[in-house]
Amino acid sequence: MATTEINSTSTETTTGWTIIFVAWLIASASTLGALFFGEIMKLPTCSLCWYQRIFMFPLALILPMGLFPFDLKVIRYSLPLAVIGGLVAVFHQLLVAGVIPEDVRPCAQGVPCSQTVIEWFGFLTIPLLSVIAFSIIITLLIWAYLRSSK
Amino acid sequence: MKQKTVFLGAVVLLLLVFAVATMNHKAETAEQTEQVVDRNRDRLIRMHSPTLGNMQAKVVIVEFLDPACETCRSFYPLVKQMMAANPNDIRLVLRYAPFHEGSEDVVAVLEAARKQGKLWPALEALLASQAEWAPHHTAQVDLVWKHLEGLGLDLARMRADMAAPEIARVIEQDLADAQALNVTKTPEFFVNGQPLPRFGYEPLKQLVNSALTEASRTRQDGR
Repeated sequence: MATTEINSTSTETTTGWTIIFVAWLIASASTLGALFFGEIMKLPTCSLCWYQRIFMFPLALILPMGLFPFDLKVIRYSLPLAVIGGLVAVFHQLLVAGVIPEDVRPCAQGVPCSQTVIEWFGFLTIPLLSVIAFSIIITLLIWAYLRSSK
Repeated sequence: MKQKTVFLGAVVLLLLVFAVATMNHKAETAEQTEQVVDRNRDRLIRMHSPTLGNMQAKVVIVEFLDPACETCRSFYPLVKQMMAANPNDIRLVLRYAPFHEGSEDVVAVLEAARKQGKLWPALEALLASQAEWAPHHTAQVDLVWKHLEGLGLDLARMRADMAAPEIARVIEQDLADAQALNVTKTPEFFVNGQPLPRFGYEPLKQLVNSALTEASRTRQDGR
């Protein structure tokens, strides 16, 4: 009986760990991807993209801190970053889609945020990738939190 | 323990993917540049392009230069050194790429000096005094004149010649060629039609040296 209990707790922990680990994977892939677009392909980085980077890059560093040793408190520290980054990404996506009108656009100088530099498969733009990445990270973190509070 | 292995494996994998993608991208861009240059080979040298050195030289360096560009200034002595070290073997072809603000007017000044047979001394004088007439990356043509004194130039005639339509055409053509050859930064070098594999002093030296060796080899074979 006692053995089963220990086993079940460790499975719980492992699942929680895996969720945070996957969130970290996405954050790291996004970080490297952003660096690739900017530093290797030399695509210009618009100001909204910079704000999304500001909230994505730390996730790649903070999340592993909660993996070794496994500590669910990391959700407290990373979720605000992911949520704010996600809001910026959604705003950016709406701008690109034209939902937000021209005069609200925040970056008149330099690189316009509404300019599309990459479009894969006819719909996948960089801001959309950002929205997807932030949403998955937010979902995973909330999921891990709900699991643990049960 | 297993978790650490998984994590480290993921780190390595991510970095590996990044490195491979980077190398792929670099190779692809290099190939594209070569193709663009191949397709536009006739745009490398124009009849109007000023040249320096032996006309029969086996190694031809085409340089896209902006007189207001600081890196162009620092590369210029290196090119001259290589030409001095290999007299008769290197020819320099000058193409204008006035990307800095106001730089087009300075190119017009150079072309006006050329009408008096003094392009190269004028270019050297302007590169040497660049900081004084191009503060904050903005070329100010009014400030160049005093640096051209003492070269025996008729400055009044130059001011009149500058506005000549053929000079405007030269600049226009050079800029169009630069665009077609994908020259977006200065200086850009093409050694016997080949672009630099990587930007820097060493890659330029290596490219010129290999072109020199190749030229001397074919010369020996011809004998």
